This record gives sequence, structure tokens and C-alpha cells, in this order.
Amino acid sequence: MVDVKSKTLFEKVWDNHIVKAQSGDSPAVLYIDLHLVHEVTSPQAFTMLRERGLSVRRPDKTIATMDHSTPTTPRNADGIIPVIDVQASRQLDVLTKNCEDFGVPLFALGTENQGIVHVIGPEQGLTQPGMTIVCGDSHTSTHGAFGALAFGIGTSEVGHVLATQCLLQNKPKTMAVRVNGALAEGVTAKDIILAVIAKIGVGGGTGHVFEYMGSAIRSLSMEGRMTICNMSIEGGARAGMVAPDETTFEYVAGRPLAPKGDGWEEALAHWRTLPSDEDAVFDAEVVLDANDLTPMITYGTNPGMGMKIVDRVPDPDQMKDVSERMALDKALTYMGLQPNESLLGKPVDVVFVGSCTNSRISDLREAAKVIEGRKVADGVRMMVVPGSQQVKAQAEAEGLADVFKAAGAEWREAGCSMCIAMNGDQLAPGQYAVSTSNRNFEGRQGKGGRTFLASPLTAVATAVNGVITDPRELMRQEVAL
Amino acid sequence: MDPINTLSGSIVAIPINDIDTDQIIPARFLKVTDKNGLGDACFADWRYESDGTPKPEFILNQPEYKDAAVLIAGHNFGCGSSREHAPWALMAAGFKAVISTDFADIFRNNALKNGLLPIIVDQETQQQLVSLAEEDPTTTVSVNLEDQTVTLPDGRQVEFPIDGFSKHCLLNGVDQLGYLQALETDIVHFEETHPASVNTSLFLG
Repeated sequence: MVDVKSKTLFEKVWDNHIVKAQSGDSPAVLYIDLHLVHEVTSPQAFTMLRERGLSVRRPDKTIATMDHSTPTTPRNADGIIPVIDVQASRQLDVLTKNCEDFGVPLFALGTENQGIVHVIGPEQGLTQPGMTIVCGDSHTSTHGAFGALAFGIGTSEVGHVLATQCLLQNKPKTMAVRVNGALAEGVTAKDIILAVIAKIGVGGGTGHVFEYMGSAIRSLSMEGRMTICNMSIEGGARAGMVAPDETTFEYVAGRPLAPKGDGWEEALAHWRTLPSDEDAVFDAEVVLDANDLTPMITYGTNPGMGMKIVDRVPDPDQMKDVSERMALDKALTYMGLQPNESLLGKPVDVVFVGSCTNSRISDLREAAKVIEGRKVADGVRMMVVPGSQQVKAQAEAEGLADVFKAAGAEWREAGCSMCIAMNGDQLAPGQYAVSTSNRNFEGRQGKGGRTFLASPLTAVATAVNGVITDPRELMRQEVAL
Repeated sequence: MDPINTLSGSIVAIPINDIDTDQIIPARFLKVTDKNGLGDACFADWRYESDGTPKPEFILNQPEYKDAAVLIAGHNFGCGSSREHAPWALMAAGFKAVISTDFADIFRNNALKNGLLPIIVDQETQQQLVSLAEEDPTTTVSVNLEDQTVTLPDGRQVEFPIDGFSKHCLLNGVDQLGYLQALETDIVHFEETHPASVNTSLFLG
């Protein structure tokens, strides 16, 4: 009998894409099925192609969008989104020219398919199970929700993929992230991933690819799975994956670039072979019980500094490790928080609903359900930034945009916006925000700004009360509509 | 890239764990279209007040450390975003190597592709280097890539790991893209045997 080694999902996708195997001192050469490009991390790569007289090898496996430095301010009378920032405008022009010169399709600012790079891929059916997907952006891990191997790369590597459709990679290790049980009302995918990162720390997954598994992951929607995979990088893992299942296939089916007809049946047959074999071995494992989870919130300056929203801020004096104590001390000073403080009831200035973590239609539906019939508290600015023009159009068609506007929230154009704060959407120094994005690093949402990461439900509940609020409190109350 | 084998320089310590790339270079400096001139953006929010005046207490603003070429950092240096602007900014600010107990994966890859050496040492050595840097800003270390060693001022040599391919490329100034291009036959063979999953040209205007 032939002894066939059991494989994980990651190993199957990896093995399917080997152009040249890893050997001795040479890393593997991995073929890339889809390359996503945006304006911020690509210009220097295109310059390199020009300097060497190279073309884009497979423009048909490449797609560009504008998202990071694009304004999200309303369109003018001509339906155009004006770009006032000269540097941003130049960067967008450079991307347009690069795409024209090299034949790369582009979702330009203001056009119907434009949006955050990790929203448009799944939306258009570009993201499919079993693929290798890269982008000059660390949140490329999002696409792993489909059972793709997807990870962020630097600009040099963007150049490598543009020129050869290949990457040099050393094989990472695997880590199983098992989340069993059922989520209670008011607890979301965002709370799962914040809890995972709080448990393992921001460097806990370094060198690994996560595979999220267990009944709690299985019962999530695709958009919930994307939220989780999106933040794999915040746990140090370049990629996070979920085995494809009926939920996945249903989400992909019928999208513009999804396989059709016989091609669909063939693809489906392949995709069904991808889940990890039952006895596949992982290099590491972390286990969480979804039954124990509550809404989460971060208190510090990295996504690992998170806790249950009902808990109190940890005390540096209770930390055994000196460097951890120093880090916590520094974080609490920056955040203006006291040890043992409860965050519930703390006033905030801004609530941001958006980003590649939580700007999809289901996020907006959940947020709208809580805020419908309520108002954003006086003195609080709430911004809702849809992840793409498609999400924006759908939310408008479903009446969600009207719900947000009636509540006093700003309804914006699509983009990364205040998640990375390089387009003018930013906190003022000292301001506090509850944000549905992925990073609470110092200054991430604007120099001197202070970020609490949380789910869309927690963000909206906080906007309504003007202070950090456990969303379950609001969800229990009846609202007269 | 020019070949690198040995380097030496004075050290400066920012012994904080989990320094993310948003600290190394804040996002507002990423609206550039080339790699140049990012030295002033390096650690900008730790170095400068909002009005641009230097914060005298920040170590990189202290005159005795201004020529430092080796940064001693805390664990998991370079976590967060994939921006290659992080190593570009560090190099433009005069750094040739960063020594830490561990690096985030994407930052380490990016650094290696630019000739900024990410050197992993044990915690004891890292702490010794932090103390040395703080006690005497003229402290220098030397690095030998061929031998994979850092030599401390007391003569002690500490080995560090590096993958063989990156080492070879750095030592010989090998261009990794050139290496991939030379595999054209293998790439063509792969493409012929693996039909494409998507075709984005449907979106061409």
C-alpha cells in the first residue's frame, strides 16, 4: 500500500503552486495566481520594471485598485471625488499611468468597482479556494477565508511578481487555531480574533500560517471568516486560512469572475479536496472556547493588548516580565489610561466603522440594526466608510445609508480611510476613537490619536451612548421605530 | 545591490518590544512614488513634535548617537504593515543593521532584500548590547556575514542565523529577480500544466 502523507490545507495549496521545490539553500519558487495592486506599495516596483525594460508577465492575473490615499469625501456636482492632496493625487496618477503602460486592469477612484483591495477581490469572485494571492499589503491574509494562501509582500516582491508571477519563499510552519462552541448574542467574528490575538500576542504567530477551525469558525459567514483571517497578521502570521465548505462555494457562486458551467463543477471538485486531512499534523496549536467569549476591546497600542469589554485595564505592576511591563506602561501612558480602570463609560470623540476588517455589507447591516431609531451622541463624530463602491451601492439600495444618516453618522465614499489615516480622515492629537479597523498602534489613526479596536456592534453602541458601551446592553433594549 | 560581507558601526538602543512599522515610518509619509529621502520620516512621531521641532529626549535626537549605524531593538521588531518604506527609512537614517531577539516576517524579508541586516541574537546578548549602548554611545560592534557573527566590544563573538539563500545573495550582490527570471522554462512549464483560475482582463476598459 502506498503511504500517502496527510496534509494540511496550507500544505495542499503550497504544494499545488511549486514551480521549483525548496532545496538546500534555495527557497521554493511559488507561483502566484492573483496579484492585487494598489497605489501606495507599487510605484517603486513599476519603476524597477521600466529601469530593466521588463513587462508585466501576466496582467491577466493582476488587478489594481485605488484605496489607501483616496479621499472618502462626497462627490462633487459632476459626480467626481476631488483629490485635494497634491501628493496623493500624484500617487494616483502614477498608478493610472502604470496600469495603462503595462496593461493592468484598474478600478480607478470613483468608478463602480473601486474599493479596498481586500474587499474587491472576494466581491468580484477573484478570490477563490486553493489560490495563491499576494499584495503589497499585510492584510492580504483576508483572502485566506476562502481557503486561499494569501499573504502580504514588500515592494521588491511586488516587482518580482509583476515580472515573473513567482515569489521566492521559505516554507512557513502551520498553527491550528481551534475555536469550538457557539457565539452568544452580541459577540462577533471580530471578538473571536481579538481574543485569539490577546491570547497569543502580536508575535505569537511569527513564522506560521494559521488555519482557523472548529465549530465556531464553521458557523461563521464568509464575511465573518474574512474579518478573522484579515487580522492573522496582527497575531504575527503572514497568512490565515479557513477550509472551504458549502458556505464558501455559495458565496463565490455567480460572482463576475467565478467559474461558470462545467468550469464551476471542475473547480468545485478541486476545492472539495482542499480541507486538511483528518490526521494532518500542525506545528503548533491554540484553542479557544467560543462559549466563553464576550465583546472584546483593546486598551493598549497593539492589537494584542485586548480584553473582554467588561474587564479592567491590566496593571503593569502585576506583570512578571520586565519588557512586558515596560511595554504596558508605555502603552497606558500613550492611551491616557490608569491600571485597573474600566473602559465602560469612557467618553470617545470618534467612532469609525470601516476598513478591510469590517466594512462589508454584513458589517454595515449589523451596525445599522443597532443604530436604527437611535442617534449618535452629541459631541461624537461617527464615520461609516463602506469597503467598496459595490458595498456602498448595496447599502444605499437596502436603506442602510439612510439609517446611518438619520442617526447623524457621516456616510462616506469607499476606501481605507481612517484605518491608515493617510487620506485626510484622521484623529486629532489626543482624541479617542472606537474603531472597527485592525491596528491601534500609536498614531495609526492620526498623530497622537488613541484607538480602541472593537466590533461594529461595540462601535455603534459606543456612538449612541457617547461612551464605551457593551453592545449587549443596547441590543436588549427595545427601540420604537 | 552591492555585495555586503562585513560592517561595523556604533550602536543605539530602542529596547521596546513590538515596534511596529507605523512607528518606523508613519503612513502619511507613504504618499511617495520613489524610495528616496525617507530618512527624516524614520521614527518621525517619536522624533518630532507636531510643529517639527525635535524632541530632545528621544535617543536618535541626541548628538552622541547621531552616527549610530546599528539599531538594538526589542522583540518582534517591524511588526504590522508590509511597507518596504520601513527598511528604506532606516537605511536613509544611516542604519546598516538591526539587532533584536526576533523580527516580524515581512519586515525581515524586506530588510534582507535591501541589504539592511536583521540580526537575531539571544536575549542576554540583546540586553548586554542595550546596556553597552546606554553606557557608552561610542560602543561599536562589527558584523561578519560570511561567518554569521557579531563581535562585541569585549571580543565575544555571537553567532546569528540567516537563511542560506539570503546570505548568498547579500554576500555576492545577487539580484533575486534575476534568479527568478532565469527560471523562465520552469515557469512556462508550470503555466502550461496549470490553467489559470481567473482572468482579470475582463475588467480592461
